[in-house]
Parts: sequence; C-alpha cells; structure tokens
Amino acid sequence: MENIEARVKKIVAEQLGVNEAEVKIDSSFVDDLGADSLDTVELVMALEEEFECEIPDEEAEKITTVQQAVDYVTAHLNK
Amino acid sequence: MTYSRILGTGSYLPELLMTNAMLAERVETSDEWIVSRTGIRARHIAADDQKTSDLAYLASLKAIESAGIEAGELDLIIVATTTPDMVFPSTACILQEKLGVPGIPAFDVQAVCAGFMYALVTANNYIKAGMARKVLVVGAELMSRILDWDDRRTCVLFGDGAGAMVLEVSDEPGLLHAKLAADGRYQGILNTPAQIAGGKIQGMPYLHMDGPAVFKFAVKALSDIAEKTLDEAGVAQADVDWLVPHQANLRIIESTAKHLKLSMDKVIVTLPEQGNTSAASIPLAFDCAVRDGRIQRGQTVLLEGIGGGFAWGAVLLRF
Repeated sequence: MENIEARVKKIVAEQLGVNEAEVKIDSSFVDDLGADSLDTVELVMALEEEFECEIPDEEAEKITTVQQAVDYVTAHLNK
Repeated sequence: MTYSRILGTGSYLPELLMTNAMLAERVETSDEWIVSRTGIRARHIAADDQKTSDLAYLASLKAIESAGIEAGELDLIIVATTTPDMVFPSTACILQEKLGVPGIPAFDVQAVCAGFMYALVTANNYIKAGMARKVLVVGAELMSRILDWDDRRTCVLFGDGAGAMVLEVSDEPGLLHAKLAADGRYQGILNTPAQIAGGKIQGMPYLHMDGPAVFKFAVKALSDIAEKTLDEAGVAQADVDWLVPHQANLRIIESTAKHLKLSMDKVIVTLPEQGNTSAASIPLAFDCAVRDGRIQRGQTVLLEGIGGGFAWGAVLLRF
C-alpha cells in the first residue's frame, strides 16, 4: 500500500509542479496544492495512465485529496 | 498514384486585437487567470459589418496568390465553418461569388473546430477520385458572434479569423494519410444548441462548454488519432518535423504533444495572439509557419483538430 501512496504522491508533485515533500496524505489538490480545474483533470489522467485504469468522470470529481486518490487506486487495483 | 499536395496557403485576421486587459474591462476576469489556464493573451475580433465570407475571401486571395494561380483555375471550393453568413446559401457559394468563379461546385463542411480536417480530407478525396484538380479549402469563423460576452468561462477563449489552402493534384504526396472520427454521444459538453423556427431563435444561441470534460476528451482523442495516423502511415514520431494542432488551449496542446513525445519546439502555436478560431485555427497556424519560414517544402507535418460533435481528425502530409 505504501508503494501506491508513494506513486500517487510522485504523480501529484509532478502534475502540480510542487515539491514532493509538500504533498501530504491529507493534502487537498485545490486548497493546499494550488491546483485549478484543468490541473485536477490532468492529474486524474496521469493517475489513469500510471495505474492503467479508467476513472469515470463522476468518480473523478470525488477525488480531491491525496488520500482519496490512494483509496480509489487501492480499491480498483485489487479487483 | 494520384495524390493531392498543398500548392499555396493564406490567412486573414480582423484588425481589432482584443487583449485580455480589454476583456477584463467587460467581464470579471484577469490576464493572469486567462493566461495560466489557456495560454491566450489576445484574440482578433471582426468588425460588425464583416461576415464569415469576407474573412474567407481575404484568406482565399492570399492562398490563391501564394499558389501562383488564378481563381479561375479552381474547380472546387470547400468552406469549413460553424458560423456561416446565413442559414442558406452556404458560405462557400457566397465566397464563390466574391471570387468571381461561377459554375464550379462549392459547399460548406460543418465539423466545428475539426472542420478544416474534414474539409481537407474531403478535398483530398475529390482529387484522388479524379473529380477535381485544384481545390480551395477554407476554414473561416466569426466565433465572436456566438459568444456570451458575460460568460467569462467561454468568451475569453475564442477569436475570429480565416485560413485557406489551395490543393492540387500531384504524382507524389502531398497528403500521406488521414483519419477522421466523431462521437455524437459527447455533443452535450460543447455546443451552441439554438435553432431557428417560427421566425425566432429557439434555444440558447451562445457557445456552451464543459471545460474540464472537453479537456480530458480532447487530449485522449487527439493523442490517439495522431498516433494511429502515424502508425498506419508507417511514419515515426521522430520523423515529424512539425505538429500543427488546433489552437484551443495551450494546455491541451502541451498535453497532446507530451503524449506524442514531441518537443514543444516542433509544435506551431499561434494561440496566444489568436485564441481559438475554430475551423480557421489550423490553416491560420499553418500559413503563419509557412510565411515565417518554419515549415519548409519537403517537411513532414502532422495536423490535428477536435471540436464539438465531438468530431476530430488528423492529417499527415509532406509539404
């Protein structure tokens, strides 16, 4: 699981152009990391690519923090 | 084999350059907000008395001149536009009258921002089928007429303009390969749903867009169709000299280039000074890069565009 968390944090840092150390498990993309609406779309696309999954738009809208991204990926990778 | 090749290019932009600062006087927005999300700094807006066919005409004259032919040598006119002069006749017929070349076939193609891809492929097919030898293909738009100037999410994105190409029959390519696609299930995320009925406009006559949904769809669809076009043509990404994308949003362009593993040095970007001119953006960008010497004869160029429909396409060519 740690592995997923580390991978998610790395992608978040890359996509949002922030230092990986700034990305905490409870960081909100918009409120804490300064993401705008297109950043969050690009982030979801990067997660889809990294974890080779398809995140439907209605699910993607609910992913607003690092924790939620980790949870989503964890739940859908184990299927 | 019969192919088509680009003989000449031309474009026209209306005089008024509306900067982000000028827009900020009309709606609640800022240069910083617009630039960071879209890459757009200014856009050309047509005068009230200019029509789409006027823009198309001025771009066509330049393309005909650069092709080194007379308008009378043309044997087909195709105009891609989503903002025609009127319900009918087609803008192509109005343009034909302005060019003074009666008799040859002329028609419009409607695929919104992918319109030029559809028009170019159609022209190519006419030439390959032996039905035309010199074709004028134009993308012309007055997007300013269908914008809600109180909607800051959309009115900052678009501009007016026209771009044109003259294609001619050739023994060598020319157009190497092309792919078109559409998916009507996504019509709701980008549209202008009004229609004329009973002497009135019914429905919303302004451009509506779900930005994030369009962004995601566009990047995926464009990357996918561009890759397939290259694959099927047997051309490696590394052999593409220039990518001329539809100019909608710098972040879509960058994201698509990244997916295609193309450096931004190889991407023609005119968006900052033009905004999204819909069907006109690709021929405008192409003409700009030909005239400033970036795109040279013999080079391999990949064009790609996407817009409402959804409709999208890519064309690979040797200039």
